[in-house]
Amino acid sequence: MNENVATGWSITALANPTRFISIADKVIPWLGGLAALAIAVALWMGFNAPEDYQQGVTVRIMYIHVPFAWLAMFGYSMMAASALGTLVWRHPLADVSVKAAAPIGAAFTLLALVTGSIWGKPMWGTWWVWDARLTSVFVLFLMYLGLIALNRALDDPSRAAKASAVLALIGFVNIPIIKFSVDWWNTLHQPAAVFRMDGPTIHASLLWPLMISALGFTLLFLTLHLMAMRTEILRRRVTAMRRLAARRADKG
Amino acid sequence: MRLVVETLSGERGGETIFAGVSFALGAGEALLVTGPNGAGKTTLMRVIAGLLPAATGTIRFEGGGEAFPDVASALHFLGPVNAMKAALTVRENLEFWQSLAGPRHFQVCDAMDLVDLRRTADLPFGYLSTGQKRRIAIARLYLNYRPLWLLDEPTSGLDADSTAALAHFMREHLGDGGMIVASTHLPLGLDDAQTLEMGG
Amino acid sequence: MIALFLRDVKLGLRAGGGALVGILFFLAVIAVVPFGVGPDLNLLARIGPAILWIGALLAGLLGLDRLFQADREDGALDVLLVHAPGFNLALAVLVKCLAHWTAAILPLVVASPLLGLFMNMTPQGIGATALTLLVGTPAIAFIGAVGAAVAVALPRGGLLVSVVILPLVIPVLIFGVSAAYAAVNDPDPFLPPFLILAALTLFFAVIGPAAAALALHHGSD
Repeated sequence: MNENVATGWSITALANPTRFISIADKVIPWLGGLAALAIAVALWMGFNAPEDYQQGVTVRIMYIHVPFAWLAMFGYSMMAASALGTLVWRHPLADVSVKAAAPIGAAFTLLALVTGSIWGKPMWGTWWVWDARLTSVFVLFLMYLGLIALNRALDDPSRAAKASAVLALIGFVNIPIIKFSVDWWNTLHQPAAVFRMDGPTIHASLLWPLMISALGFTLLFLTLHLMAMRTEILRRRVTAMRRLAARRADKG
Repeated sequence: MRLVVETLSGERGGETIFAGVSFALGAGEALLVTGPNGAGKTTLMRVIAGLLPAATGTIRFEGGGEAFPDVASALHFLGPVNAMKAALTVRENLEFWQSLAGPRHFQVCDAMDLVDLRRTADLPFGYLSTGQKRRIAIARLYLNYRPLWLLDEPTSGLDADSTAALAHFMREHLGDGGMIVASTHLPLGLDDAQTLEMGG
Repeated sequence: MIALFLRDVKLGLRAGGGALVGILFFLAVIAVVPFGVGPDLNLLARIGPAILWIGALLAGLLGLDRLFQADREDGALDVLLVHAPGFNLALAVLVKCLAHWTAAILPLVVASPLLGLFMNMTPQGIGATALTLLVGTPAIAFIGAVGAAVAVALPRGGLLVSVVILPLVIPVLIFGVSAAYAAVNDPDPFLPPFLILAALTLFFAVIGPAAAALALHHGSD
């Protein structure tokens, strides 16, 4: 347990599932409320922002598409960090976090793909192109699904934890490689506009709603993640109790 | 009701495993098939169950009336494994087998009561201990009435308590006028059973 | 029989079942193709129906080797065989095939229109391909049951089942793909190959389970 002490008080306290659940119970309503507020503000600002002179009204889908795409990556990074927690620090909640993050990340990735597709149809004239950006997000989606399938296939949580942690980390190492390889393979998606060395190329009137929307959906992701972790802990307790019930069925 | 087996021989892969096995079993009687590993106990059980063809000889079921015209319709087969799915609950497993094996005898709940495992009904079968699993497998035999129980190594992997419980169920079945053919290499606690010693 | 169907579907969908893996495999196979042939949308649109069919075929073969093997390992197959009088084994095999199709292959058929979009296929082509898949894929399960029954006692029968089955499903593939193409390319008639496909499925629905039941009865040891 020395490692846990070294990584700080809060992690140690959270390592206790009961403490975690009581903290999560308190945090989730606030986090969820904030997320709803931020998303509402962002959407309102988004619909009042000026239209793009080239893309017209379709540009507004950016306010949800970009946060979804960003959360697809964020979710995977979070999973990889938790996987590190499982393998290196053996943190008891890390594998719960990996397992809980996978379906949420997959959902946001799917939303990014779908909204991108809807945006792409009027812009490019087709629902889908095998462009570098799109393809690498699609591969990311497949990796999420692979992790979910692995988690479902393994019954025993401790074995599933190690296996999915290894897979998540390998995937994380692989993401940049996939990204660069498909970049070289083909490209059509526009280049990054917000995070650039020479400052954003996007106008402030569009940037603000985008940033608030990203914040809101990130909070939503965190809320869902906490809820999923809480559910997973409770599910494991139910499993343990059912095993206990089977053992006790003979006595009394 | 009588089970009559005459000069039965069985083979596997062209090699004769046993030959000249004859016995007759009336209502309320049991036969223990004993012998060392490889003596052909399992092959004999599977031939009687109809899972393997008999090389020579006959197996008849007499006096079964319309309900049990032949051996296959009169028997329950319980192999060394329990024929239950670990992912399904105990109740789902039992209900499935009941729906396949013809007219009901006991309700699923009552059969679970008989083996004293009513409380495991909604647990996945995989959660049970080895002895509990075996008892649930026995509960399956109660669901649909079949006079002849063919039990292949029924005590494999069981501790003394579970073996005693098993013997209790077997005695009850015999008391109801049933018949049992069981292969075993341990005494099962059936005192007045015939014994068929298979040569090694 | 309904109980057998429900049990197998439940087992397929519940944790550890192969249904999700099958869809994933299908997705992955389809996703890999553009990397191989290049992202040319016209080319992809042209080969789309064929790729979807091949992907569905391979994914459909995935879980087939477990069709009887799982039941054999836990003893359920013995009990099924014992209860054979009044309980037609071929009918049981048919029901098991249908359950396998519902749990493992039907989701692929449902997912195929989405993958058609990835392939830049026309709406008409997508619809025709999904329809031919719906009608044709049960034949894969029926033929696969024969392979699964023959290989039931083998410890690593999975690959063998695929090798044995693939040549047998070629007719299904031919008529499935040609019907899908006929819907897009105007002069070709759609109905004849489609009806032959349906006939193949019905034909194998009879032949497959009967042969599989025979193999199971003689293969038990």
